Amino acid sequence: MKFGVVIFPGSNCDCDCRRVVEQVMEQPVDLIWHEADSVDGYDCIILPGGFSYGNYLRAGAIASHSPVMGAVKKAAADGKLVMGICNGFQVLAEAGLLPGVLQRNKNLRFICKFLHLKVEHNKSAFTNACSPGQVLRIPIAHDEGKYYVDTKVLAEMEAKGQVLFRYCDAGGTVSAEANPNGSLGNIAGICNRKGNVMGMMPYPERSAEEILTSADGRLIFESMLRHLRQVWK
Amino acid sequence: MIEPKVYREMGLNDVEYAQVMKILGRHPNYTEVGMYAVMWSEHCGYKYSRPVLKLFPTTGPRVLQGPGENAGAVDVGDGMAVVMKIESHNHPSAVEPYEGAATGVGGIVRDIFTMGARPMAALNSLRFGELSDARTRYLFDRAVSGIAGYGNCIGVPSVAGEVYFDDSYEGNPLINAMCLGLVKSDKIARSSASGVGNPVMYVGAKTGRDGIHGATFASVELSDESEERRSPTQVGDPFTEKLLIEATLEALNTGHIVGIQDMGAAGLTCSTTEMAAKGDSGMEVDISLVPRREEGMTPYEVMLSESQERMLLVAAKGHENEVKGIFEKWGLNAVVIGRLTDDGIVRIYDNGELAAEVPAKSLAEDTPVYHMDARIPDYIAQVRRFDKDELPQIEDFEPILELLLRRHNIASKEYIYRQYDHMAQINTVVLPGSDAAVLRLKGTGRGLAVTVDCNSRYCYLDPYIGSAIAVAEAARNVVCSGAEPAAVTDCLNFGNPEKPEIFWQFRQAVEGISAACRAFGVPVISGNVSFYNESQGIAIYPTPAIGVLGVIENIERRCTSFFKNDDDAVVLLGFNGPGLDGSEYLKAAHGRVAGCPSLDLDKEKRLQACCLEAIRSGLLASAHDIAEGGLAVALAESCFNTEGSHGVSVEISSDGLRQDDALFGEAQSRILVSLDPSKLDSLIKLAAEHDVPLMVIGAVGGSNLIIDLDGSKIIDLKIEKIESAWRGSIEEALA
Repeated sequence: MKFGVVIFPGSNCDCDCRRVVEQVMEQPVDLIWHEADSVDGYDCIILPGGFSYGNYLRAGAIASHSPVMGAVKKAAADGKLVMGICNGFQVLAEAGLLPGVLQRNKNLRFICKFLHLKVEHNKSAFTNACSPGQVLRIPIAHDEGKYYVDTKVLAEMEAKGQVLFRYCDAGGTVSAEANPNGSLGNIAGICNRKGNVMGMMPYPERSAEEILTSADGRLIFESMLRHLRQVWK
Repeated sequence: MIEPKVYREMGLNDVEYAQVMKILGRHPNYTEVGMYAVMWSEHCGYKYSRPVLKLFPTTGPRVLQGPGENAGAVDVGDGMAVVMKIESHNHPSAVEPYEGAATGVGGIVRDIFTMGARPMAALNSLRFGELSDARTRYLFDRAVSGIAGYGNCIGVPSVAGEVYFDDSYEGNPLINAMCLGLVKSDKIARSSASGVGNPVMYVGAKTGRDGIHGATFASVELSDESEERRSPTQVGDPFTEKLLIEATLEALNTGHIVGIQDMGAAGLTCSTTEMAAKGDSGMEVDISLVPRREEGMTPYEVMLSESQERMLLVAAKGHENEVKGIFEKWGLNAVVIGRLTDDGIVRIYDNGELAAEVPAKSLAEDTPVYHMDARIPDYIAQVRRFDKDELPQIEDFEPILELLLRRHNIASKEYIYRQYDHMAQINTVVLPGSDAAVLRLKGTGRGLAVTVDCNSRYCYLDPYIGSAIAVAEAARNVVCSGAEPAAVTDCLNFGNPEKPEIFWQFRQAVEGISAACRAFGVPVISGNVSFYNESQGIAIYPTPAIGVLGVIENIERRCTSFFKNDDDAVVLLGFNGPGLDGSEYLKAAHGRVAGCPSLDLDKEKRLQACCLEAIRSGLLASAHDIAEGGLAVALAESCFNTEGSHGVSVEISSDGLRQDDALFGEAQSRILVSLDPSKLDSLIKLAAEHDVPLMVIGAVGGSNLIIDLDGSKIIDLKIEKIESAWRGSIEEALA
């Protein structure tokens, strides 16, 4: 299964994603320059974390107009897997590939810490290796991660199972105390209606090896591989 | 002819001006005076500190690059080198804390990747007044935001640091930024410009009027006028820095770059003259080719600008277009502005017209050197008059421990490091909060432990001993993480060196650092001196921030400061003794800063060797340096584990000390460790081999911190309660 990791000017986590795909998941992976006009030949495209274009204007806003995003939209339409992590999620939201927006954290500060995520269901390309309700320990590191979407769209998303991860406590309880940034409904990660484009604020590649104190993030990469190999459903 | 008023305002004295005339054989023009003034300032030229800094041991088997380059470098095995340096950005931060702190990070990071190393971790050492002061709260919060804003954006994790709050810093906060990077040992880049005819290239951001004479600004005391001197502060653009990191490393990788230096203090003046001087070359540049973001800039302004995110490099002739192509790919300016010559003269042209003509070495190397008078300050005798028996006896120790845990110097620094991305690059295997950060070296099985430390109250009471303690404690922190100390970088923050009392503090501190480094066999590989840290004529405490890098041979044998398992034995390893002098307890409970701390380098060395061997042998579950707040605070801190807190119960005796000393004294050379009881015999044997005393004082377990002193239970506090006070204290002060 071939992965491509996009580099925008200001991407910081491209090499972290590459390492996990290549060294941990043992899959071939290329770095893709933001000026590329095609991403054909990849099974999965990852938009990594960082500060594309310094996050000037709005996080992800400028990168969403990069040449490569035309190709990413085509890949999404073709049913290829697209995953946006942190800044990548912001880019996908700005590009209209995912519903909703990411606003500044409620406390108006950057927050970097390990926390817990509740897996909403395992009927998705990104969660099928998890059990429903499983609690994952994965870190966040962002300034603009407060997810917001209007009530009508949220209701649709909930109905279609588009909410994949919610912030929770260690026991799996989704509560206001466990919400780090003021996200609507504690939402940490979502997918599109078709289920092939996913965005999440937490960093699975930062928790994909035991030495980093959690390997839970691996489950997300494993889910994608299982999906691509059609071993679930 | 330049009026004396003009050159004096720029920072040259009459004797120095005469020396410039002698070098040039004529009167310098305005631009040239500016260039000499800035290069001969203490900030660039080290004219007061240079003779003293020679005392440092700077060599060792691991050293690949000592002081004198953009940063130092040490061999960390497997053909890899770590490049490391710390630098101050104090005065800009006192005026404009966000940008001052941000550009402090930017500057030190450039020093690292200029050496060809990918910046892998940032640290910082901060000093402020007390948070009860409104302006201090503003300075603190904005400086932390600035560090976060810049460091997070460039993808370099901020993994460790320290902060102390004391009135002595109220008018003059300290922002010291440290960075380390990784490079193949045979790929270290240097700043020497050689090869006649090789093109000189300007790369990175455009030049504006910001930061003109910043280096000179750093070489005077802060006063009310400083507020109006905002021009010396710079404005950072971390996005451009990130592009510059990637483009520079890619360009260096081509092998076509002969020499490279970042434009930090003194901008183009410093980079042109230093690079030419190091390569025994001359240089001709035409500054009309320098990309500008403002119109009508004079040669003086262009040469003195400290606009950020710029570099000067010398490419191999014929390869300039390849180099240019890489920078342009990253959206950065890259312009050939001149060529190297062989006559040792730097000639600055402005659109073909000669604007300055100066011998490179006269600015970069032949800085006037002053051997300053040193005199012991009067306060030393006063603070030494300290009879601890006159202190009132404390009856109730619980409130004192709670008070200490809430002290901002002791409380959790979570409020700060939560705002820093400390995990980017996925190397941080021990997160902030332990004694040192631990980074893995991917693909090697090894790791690094890194910390920065300085108790400046000790340095105030005795600069020699205090500075030696700073080295000892930073090294101890690294050892407690399972690493062998390999190199030191230091940032020496002092008042006005033209005052003999300050110069005495400075010299004593350098001697103390040197003695400790020699004793531990750890060289100083880089550093920075920051003088004139005074406001309204009052100097800060002498503050030599010591960064220590340690190497972990087997990353699986790393250690943290937190208790891990109930029923583990708790052991005090090291040398108990009196330690009330200069302690946080003395200040917090009795309002006094007095006494004289002490340190025995031989005992310290034995303790560290013993602890390191114990960790490497897999004996220890935790190891924590006993520092501010003494044994009682160290016990509490070891209980506060983010991955699940533990209780502890210990029995100790005061054994000839005052009871408060036994609990809160800060005697050096002590480490609190915990281990599986089955390994106790091995540890006892190891300690005996190293001639290090050891006391089994209790066990991990329960949900309280219980201390039994001389047979009575004097402390019994719920961990949950004291932990939340400790964690929330700084944030509460800001609310």
